[in-house]
Formats: sequence, structure tokens, C-alpha cells
Amino acid sequence: MKFAVLRFPGSNCDQDCVHALNAIPGASADYVWHKDTSLAGFDAVVVPGGFSYGDYLRCGAIARFSPIMKAVQEFAASGAPVIGICNGFQILCESGLLPGALVRNRGLHFVCEHVSLRVERDDALFTKATRTGQILNIPIAHGEGCYFADDETLAGLNAHGQVLLRYCDENGNVSDAANPNGSRENIAAIRNRAGNIFGLMPHPERACDPLLGSTDGLHIFQSILK
Amino acid sequence: MTPITPEIIAKHGITPDEYERIREILGRDPNFTELGVFSVMWSEHCSYKNSKLELKKFPTTGPRVLVKAGEENAGVIDIGDGWAIAFKMESHNHPSAVEPFQGAATGVGGIIRDIFTMGARPVFSMNSLRFGDIRGDSPEARTNRRLFAGVVAGISHYGNCIGIPTIGGEVYFDDSYAGNPLVNVFCLGILRHDQIARGGAVGIGNPVFYVGAETGRDGLAGAAFASRELTEESKEDRPAVQVGDPFREKLLLEACLELLASGCVAGIQDMGAAGLTCSTCETASRGGTGVEIDVNLVPKRETGMTPYEILLSESQERMLVIVKKGEEDKVRAIFEKWDLPYAEVGVVKDDGMMRVCEGSEVAVEIPARKLADDAPLYSREAAAKKAPEPLDLAAIPVADCQAALGTLLTHPSIASKQWVWRQYDHMVRLGATVLPGSDAAVFVVREANKILAASTDCNAIYCRQDPREGAKIAIAEAARNIACTGAIPLAVTDNLNFGNPHKPENFLQLREAVEGMAEACRKFDTPVTGGNVSLYNESPAGAIDPTPTVGMVGIVEHASHITTQFFKDAGDAILLLGEPGDELGASHYLLAVHGLKAGPPPRLDYDTELAVQDAVRSLIRSGHVKSAHDCAEGGLAVALAESCMSGQAILGADVAIPSDSARADVPLFNESQSRIVISVKPQDAASVLAELAERGVPARVIGSVTSGADLTIAAAGSTFSWPLADLRKSWSSTIGGLMEG
Repeated sequence: MKFAVLRFPGSNCDQDCVHALNAIPGASADYVWHKDTSLAGFDAVVVPGGFSYGDYLRCGAIARFSPIMKAVQEFAASGAPVIGICNGFQILCESGLLPGALVRNRGLHFVCEHVSLRVERDDALFTKATRTGQILNIPIAHGEGCYFADDETLAGLNAHGQVLLRYCDENGNVSDAANPNGSRENIAAIRNRAGNIFGLMPHPERACDPLLGSTDGLHIFQSILK
Repeated sequence: MTPITPEIIAKHGITPDEYERIREILGRDPNFTELGVFSVMWSEHCSYKNSKLELKKFPTTGPRVLVKAGEENAGVIDIGDGWAIAFKMESHNHPSAVEPFQGAATGVGGIIRDIFTMGARPVFSMNSLRFGDIRGDSPEARTNRRLFAGVVAGISHYGNCIGIPTIGGEVYFDDSYAGNPLVNVFCLGILRHDQIARGGAVGIGNPVFYVGAETGRDGLAGAAFASRELTEESKEDRPAVQVGDPFREKLLLEACLELLASGCVAGIQDMGAAGLTCSTCETASRGGTGVEIDVNLVPKRETGMTPYEILLSESQERMLVIVKKGEEDKVRAIFEKWDLPYAEVGVVKDDGMMRVCEGSEVAVEIPARKLADDAPLYSREAAAKKAPEPLDLAAIPVADCQAALGTLLTHPSIASKQWVWRQYDHMVRLGATVLPGSDAAVFVVREANKILAASTDCNAIYCRQDPREGAKIAIAEAARNIACTGAIPLAVTDNLNFGNPHKPENFLQLREAVEGMAEACRKFDTPVTGGNVSLYNESPAGAIDPTPTVGMVGIVEHASHITTQFFKDAGDAILLLGEPGDELGASHYLLAVHGLKAGPPPRLDYDTELAVQDAVRSLIRSGHVKSAHDCAEGGLAVALAESCMSGQAILGADVAIPSDSARADVPLFNESQSRIVISVKPQDAASVLAELAERGVPARVIGSVTSGADLTIAAAGSTFSWPLADLRKSWSSTIGGLMEG
């Protein structure tokens, strides 16, 4: 499976995503420049983390206007998998590909640390290689990762099983104490209703090598390959 | 143009003697713009005029040195297989004192530019920070907290955005830094040997390009500002602090690396301190050529800027690139790809002059080499050396040792810095294998498949009491931290933070520290690859404690050697390498518990130190060491507590420290050097001890790791027991509590 890793000006996890994906058997990855207009030849798209355009307006607010995003819209409409990580999640929300928004962390600080995540369902394209209720250990690193959606949107997400990961403690309890950024209902990752677009604040590419303390990020990528 | 008067000359920080020298160089009086150019180039910050004669004492050569200190923007060290590293540390103390967020942010930006100017991809950063005391409710404490919070936020802002992980460092809090914080930032980059870029303007007729942010009035003459003492009026210097744009720098970084890979570049130099002035005269001087630029062509942020302002601006995120003639279009295409402002502003000439025109008018004409390399050098008067007062231990009561460990662990300098490094993205670039908070950071450089260890160190109390011994220990401790991770030290960069060198007692400290550091670098076989000198670190209350910060880099030969400081399994034997020690002089125990900076620092015996470090490395390589942690501030008791509680789960320890002393504070908290606490499987203890005996390294089993909840230490006839959950809670929440309280 060939992954396109988008590069916006200010992307900074693009190299990490390419490195992690190329190390997974069955996956390969290459960069796609934001001024390009085609995703021909790719099977999946990764919108990586970083600070696209410096994130000086709202995170992801300018990147959505990059030429490549039109191709991403069409690619997604065709049902092909699109995964947005961190700033990529923010860009997908700004583009309207995913509902809700990511706002300033509750504690106002940037937070970089390993967190525990509870898998909400294991029949999704992005969690097939996990078990429902499984706890994944994957790092976060963001200043604006507090997931927000209005009550109606939230009800819709829950009703359609669109929440895939929630922040939890090491025993799997979804509690306020285990919520690193104030996200509503501890939401760490969601998908669209069609099931092919996935946004998550944690960085699975940073948890693919035992030297880095966890390989749980592999489950996410392996799910897509499965 | 403004006439040159003695007042104008003095305002530029130029002495009458220096002015005469300028007249000799030019064969005439300088005009106002030229005077400005000389004032920044001959400031301490750019010329090292008060420190250069001392810096020459450092060892700078070695088989691994590819680019020596002072030759280019940063030194370059061979790490094998055709790979090399470029690294350097630099200070942004004065800007951070006045505007902590932007001061620290632009410090990070500046050091990163120094690294990619060398053709290296920056892969990680570290920092060494010092502030006044952040405890209490006094206006000073509130100011110190504001400075601390602002500096951390500034580093976090810049480093996180540009995507270079901040993987470690140190933070100290001491009254001596009140009003004059230290912000020393370190960056390391990776490159192939054949990718080393040079900052020389070579090739007569080659075009000179300006690329990056537009020039504005920000940071006017910041280098000169940094070469003065801070006063109450320094706040008015806020325009001398620049504003950073990490996004611009990210684009500049990617564009420059792409540009260097294209083979179109003859020379490249960043615009840091003294901006366009420094980059033009230094490239010309290095190239043995002249450079002529036209300020009318320079991209500008605002209208009406004079040549003086354009030349002295320290706007951030700018580079000067000497392009091979005929390759201009390729270069333009790369800058356009990355949406960067650029302009062809000049040409390389054969006349050795730095010539700045404003259209057809010549604004500046100075022999480049004289300007860049012939600044006056001073050997300032040093006060007579005096030995530190011996410590009269009898006059110091034995503290309640049960409480003292808690006091030490909640002293902000020793307390966990998690509140700080949680704000830094330390995981980007997939390299941080030993997370911040350990003795040294360990980082896998993916491009090169090499594992590096890095540590910043300086115990300024030692340096205050005896600058020579303190500086020696800074090197020894850095090497010990590196050894504890399983790595071999390669080289060091230094950041010498001192007070006004015109005061003989300050100059003595500088000289003593440099000589001590130079001696230790020779012993540890770690050449100095460059660094930075920051003098005039004084507030109205006086000079800072002398702080010669060391940044040391080492290499781990195999991933299986990577070792962390926390205990792993109950039942493991705890060994102390080195003698139990008895030196309380200049210790954090005296500072935190008794409020004293007193006595001489501990002695450093090179032979013992080297033997201990070699031994721990050898034992790590043979797979015997499960944890290794050096004893530093707070002595053995603090080291043991950290080994018990800095892992994910708490493990207990049951330890007895042999001691001749009748008082328990001596064995618990002394800071004698050359000591490392390791843990090994119980069945390995005997063979490990045998190997250590064979190497002549003093060592003994002092106890074992337990599954219990307490740290228990028997010493000097008493037994103390501390509940680790409580220790961990107070140790880990101290700084967050003070800052978020």
C-alpha cells in the first residue's frame, strides 16, 4: 500500500511519517508537495503534524486552501483512506472533512507526553488490528488539541460510532484526570461517517519503534494495511 | 549625516584608543554608519575582545575534529561512516532578561541557524537555564517566575514549531541570577563529511544573495546591547530584542538544505548578531575577498530605513548566500518554492573591502579583514587569586536529615523539571530514547543510524567558590553523565557566562574557569569545538556566580548499551562506584538546608574519575548494568531517591553507607566527585566487584533494590526511612505548584 505524506510549509512530522511507514512491511510512503494537484498512484493519504503556515491564524486554517487539498477532497470522496495526525487532524477539521474543531489545551501549555488511549471499536478501518477496550500507549505533542464539538455534533459522533480513541488512565478508565487537554468526552480520535477519514491528535508514527518506548502506533497503520 | 563627536563615539561603546585604531585602518575619520559597523563588530559579543586571549587556551584539535572552533559558525566532529555532527551553544541572556519570550525564542532560532549554515540538518536542541529564586511572594520572586515562564514558553514556541526536539538540559534557580537570567541554548545537526558548507565569499564576480525575512528596525545593535551590564534602564532597550518567526526559519532551513544539496552555493553565512554587517565582512574575510552590496536591494519591512539601520538590524531568519555564477536561476527557483523573500544584493570583489552602497552612493568602505579579525584584544587586569575559605564543619549544626532530603528534593534546582520539558516537543524526529530528566539525553539520529548522548552541565556554586575547580568539575560531570548512558564523550561546546570583565575579580574568574576547563578537556580527550562568551552578566545587585556551562556530546556504539538512571527490578544489588566521600563544601545541602554558599568545592582526581567512567562504560557494554546514575547536587541520598522514583513505577531501596563521620549529613549529602550508583542482578554483583577491583576502582555493594515503598538508608549510626510516594509527589509537583499555584 502506497501512502502519500503531504508536505505543507511548516509540516514537521512529514519525515517521521515517511520513516515510520517505510519500516512497516507492506507499506511504502513518499512525499507530496502542497502545491501539487494530484494523488494519482497513491492508496492512502497522511496529513502529518507540524505547524502548517506557522499556525498563526487558526491551526490548519490556511493549509486547507493549498492546491493539494482539492485532490485530497476528491480522494476522500472516492472512499480512499485519509488520516490526519495532530496538525493534520486540525487541517481535516478546518477543511470540513471531519466534524468539530481543535482548540487551545485546557491548561494553556503545549503538552508533550505519552498518553493512554482506549480503543472504542475494533471494526473500523483504522482500528482493525486492535481490540475494543484495548489500551494503546502513544505520545501526544500539541498546544491546541482540545477537541470541541457542539452537543448535537457530539451526539451524532456517538450515535454513529465515530469516536475511535479516548484518553484514559492506565487501567482504561476514561476520566477527567486522564484528559490531557480538556477534549470533550476525552475524544482523541474520530472518523467520518463513511469511515474512510480518520483524525487523531496522538502521533502513531512516534510509537513504532521499541527504542522509543512503545510500538502501539503500529496497530493504527497495520489496521489500514489489513 | 550625523557628525562624529566624542559623545557619539562613547555612545557606541568605542574607546578613544579604539577610535584611533579605526582612523588608522581607514586612513580617515569614519562616517556615522561606519562607526556603527565598527561598534557592533568590535563589541564583545562579536569580537570576543576581552576573552579571545583566554579562549586560545582551549584544546581545539583532535582526530575527530573536521572543522575547528572559530573557523566557521560551528565546529564539526566526525562520528564515523562518513557522518559528522555540528553543534554549538550560545547565550541569549540579555534579551531574555528584558523580553523573556522573544529573547529565548530568538536564541533558539539563532543557534539553529548556526547549525544549518554548516550544511547540517539540525536534529536536536537542549538548553541550560538559570533564574533567580522562584519561591515566595516577593516582587523579585514574581519577576523570576515571569522570566522563567516566559523563557520556557519562548523555547517551546520556537522549537516546537520548527520541529526540532528539545531533548534535555538543566534549570537552576539561585539569587545570583535575579535580574540577570541565563538562557544558554544548544543545537546539534547531522551531515555527511562532503556536505560541510563554508562561510567564505569565494569566487570573484559571484553574486551575493540575501534570503529570508525582510529587514526591519527590530534588534538594532543587539550585539552592542548584549555587551553591557543590565541596569534599571535596560527595559528601554527592548527594541534591541528581536522578534522570532519559527515558521519563516523552518522554510529557510529547508530551502538552505535544498540549496546546499544543489551544488549552487559557494559560501553561506547566517545573519545573527550584527546582521548584514557581520555576514558581509566575515564572508569576505574568510574568503580573502571583498564583498559589495547595495542596501537599496535588500528586502525591507518598512520604508525610510537608513544604511545604518539596515546594516545594524538584527531581524531574524535571514541568510547571506554566495552563489556560483551562472546558477542564479536554480537558486531563485528554490527560494520561490519555499515562498521566501530574496534578492541579489551584491557581488564578490577582489579588493578586500566591505563596501556598502546606497544606490550610487558609497555608505561604507572598510577593509573586511581588519574589521572582522583585527578587533583590539585585551587582557584585562585579574585580581589576585585567593583560595576558598576552608569549611568549618563544626560551626554547622547537623540538620534533621529526615527532613533535609525532602528539602533538597523540593529545592527548585533539584526538583523534577517535568513542568518544563512537558512543554517542549522532545519526541519529534523519532530520536528521544532516553527522555528528558535523566543524566544525559540519548538520541537516535535516524538519517545516520547513530546514537548520540548529550548533556549540559555546570555547578555554579562550585565555580563561585573556586572557578578553576568548578570548571574542571563541569567537564568531568558532563563526561560522567555521558558515561552513565553507555556513551563515549566526543567533544564539547561551552558557554562562558561571567560578569563585567573590567572588574578584576570577574576577569580572574573567567581566566581561572577557562584554564580549568581547558585542562579537563585535555584529560577527557574532548576538544572544544566552539561556543560563546557572555560577559557583563550583572544586575544592580552585582555579578552572577561564574557559570561556564558545558555542552558535551558522546556516542553510543550500540542500542543495547543505552542505560537509564532508574532502578529496574526488586532484588537487584546497588553498587557505589567511587568512595562514599566526605566533602560538604559548596554543596546543595549547605545551600538548601543551611542557606550557605561556603567552603571549597569537592576535589577532582582525574585518575579516579577516568577509571570510574571507563569502568561503568565497560560494565554497561558487557551487559551487567541495569541502571547507572551519577551523584551530583544533593549527594548520594538524592541520587538514590532519584533512582527509586524517576522510572514509571516506584521501587524501594535498602542501603547502608559506610562512613567515618559521626554526623549523618556527611555520608548522605556530601558531593564528593567520581561517584556513580549502579544496579546489577544480584548474581552478578560478585563478578562486577571483581572486575572493578581489577581496574583499581573503589566500589562496594551498598544495598539492594526492594519492592517496598520506602527508601531506607543507614548512615553514621542512624537509620532513615522515607516513603517514596511522598518524596515523588513533592519532588515532581514542586515546580508546577510554584508556577501554576
